[in-house]
Amino acid sequence: MTTTSTPPPAGAGPGAAPVPSAGAAPDRTVAIITGAPEPHPTTGRTFAAMLAREFRVLGRNAPSTFVRSVVQPLLWVFVFTYVMPKIGAAGVFEAGAARGGGATTFSTILLPGLMASMLLMQGILGTTFPLVMEFSWQRTIEDRALAPVPLSVLAFEKIVAGAFQAFVGALIVIPIVLYVHASGQSPHAHVTNWFLLALILVAASMLTAALGLLLGTLMDPRKMQMLFAVILLPATMLGCVYYPWSALHSIRWLQIAVLFNPMVYMSEGLRAVLTPGVGHLAMWAILLVLIGGAAVIGYLGTRTFRRRVLN
Amino acid sequence: MTESTVQAPPASPAPPRPGAAIRTEDLRKTYTTSRGNVDAVRGVSLDVAPGEFFGLLGPNGAGKSTTIGMLTTLIVPTGGRAWVSGIDVAADPVGVKRTIGVVPQNNTLDMQLSVAENLEFRSRFFGLSRRDALRRADQLLTAFGLTDRSRAMATDPSGGQARRLMIARALVHRPDVLFLDEPTAGLDPQTRVNLWDTLRALHDEGQTILLTTHYMEEAEALCDRVAVVDHGLVLAAGTVDELKQGAGADTVITVRYDGDAAALGALAALGGRPGVSKVETDRDQVRVFAQDPGQVLGELISAGSRAGLTVRDAAQLKPSLETVFLTLTGRDYRE
Repeated sequence: MTTTSTPPPAGAGPGAAPVPSAGAAPDRTVAIITGAPEPHPTTGRTFAAMLAREFRVLGRNAPSTFVRSVVQPLLWVFVFTYVMPKIGAAGVFEAGAARGGGATTFSTILLPGLMASMLLMQGILGTTFPLVMEFSWQRTIEDRALAPVPLSVLAFEKIVAGAFQAFVGALIVIPIVLYVHASGQSPHAHVTNWFLLALILVAASMLTAALGLLLGTLMDPRKMQMLFAVILLPATMLGCVYYPWSALHSIRWLQIAVLFNPMVYMSEGLRAVLTPGVGHLAMWAILLVLIGGAAVIGYLGTRTFRRRVLN
Repeated sequence: MTESTVQAPPASPAPPRPGAAIRTEDLRKTYTTSRGNVDAVRGVSLDVAPGEFFGLLGPNGAGKSTTIGMLTTLIVPTGGRAWVSGIDVAADPVGVKRTIGVVPQNNTLDMQLSVAENLEFRSRFFGLSRRDALRRADQLLTAFGLTDRSRAMATDPSGGQARRLMIARALVHRPDVLFLDEPTAGLDPQTRVNLWDTLRALHDEGQTILLTTHYMEEAEALCDRVAVVDHGLVLAAGTVDELKQGAGADTVITVRYDGDAAALGALAALGGRPGVSKVETDRDQVRVFAQDPGQVLGELISAGSRAGLTVRDAAQLKPSLETVFLTLTGRDYRE
């Protein structure tokens, strides 16, 4: 069915002078169109503005974000490297630690492990939760989706914002592990390669945020609590956080099974560059999974994101 | 705009007419669901000129929002084509997003930001520097009477304020076309009339506006032209006056009877009367569409009593968008 019309009277175009009509325009709206600066959107500017928006929100929520990033590692370290050694219950962990590579403290194992754990936790929480909110009944994501960039740029921006939170979350762990422990329980850590450390941290942050994007666009918001039971907890417990991968050799099937857990490559990667006294996975495997995984999961997440935004 | 035609013959596929603000050709959207295909929009062709205030009028579920969704790039058409400001929505969605402002039906304000920040960041998304964005936000807050709420979080404002903020937000980048999806749904009458004033003022400044509504009086009050939409199709389009003179020129007389409903059949004979274009019976009521309603009501009463029916209720609707709708679809608008 087709309808056509002749154009309206000349001069009614958006660029034309205001059309006089019965009941002249209230003064207050006169400036709405004519007074605006000419917009010049570019992908770079829009991307930067979107990131600026994330940082404005992060800044506003800084206290709660900070608490979220500090409490978990602090409690872990406090219980396992202060309380347990003090009450003489740390032997079992030390035995595990010793398996990993000679005389070493549990805090040495825990430093890279907790950093990896926080990378995952913050990367996923920082990406998935906001997304699930934005996709929920009011679909506030449409606010950002109408910005003049392809939706893939918006998806990538979500990954970058989540990765930033993961990165900071991992850094917060360092002083906590270094300074909270019983005497004699300090970690044996030094950076072997700053470039590799930065590369691993950035790649791991991007990977966890990409996972967060994928989960946030796939998960049913009503089943969010499953996130902890099905993803975060198993990934952490079986992610070589509390023991090095090499120590699993006595449970061979598990040692192989955990290789499907991307978390393992984060823990082991950080172990390689921070606590070289403990054995670790081959660096090529670590870099392959972290960088390749970030690329593949990022691509998949961007696709599911597009599919969720568009109807 | 007195030469508009209603239901002109289908146009052959052609590039968008130069200067058309919105053009669609046989635009379609079919959703595939577990229970089969659902045709939300079944071939809509529209032509909206720059500066026009155009209304899509139809009941809930008519396909209005889906049509707006496709024109604003967030719904992908499954057939046909559409252009906004001459830009193909499927081929260049980013180009379209640059030229449009959208006020969706649901509240999509960024709840993590304040009222002023909603405007500031939307301005920055469109390439304004931070300083220009702040100035633009101020300007719009003043224009829309929101200055005293500027620091409140976007969750705070009342329904009317939130709607005004969403319109302000849609205008930050001087869009060529402003889309409003049921802008006054759920607002109290006072707020609605205020919003109408704002929209009229925008239109007077030359803003092209496409609005959807299920309020007849809203379409009559605001729109230069209206397309009546139902079941994913445009049933008629033109100025309100044209529509009333065309398809809906009839006065509709509805009489409800008490008595044996089977006897209603006897009243169908009225259809042969000069000036009566259509007689419909529906359960306990008879609806007569007449150019000249003169004696119809009297005859409905007397013919009814001859058939053993007594009149319970009678109503007469003068030509309006409502009678246009009734004539085109054969059903009450607010069913």
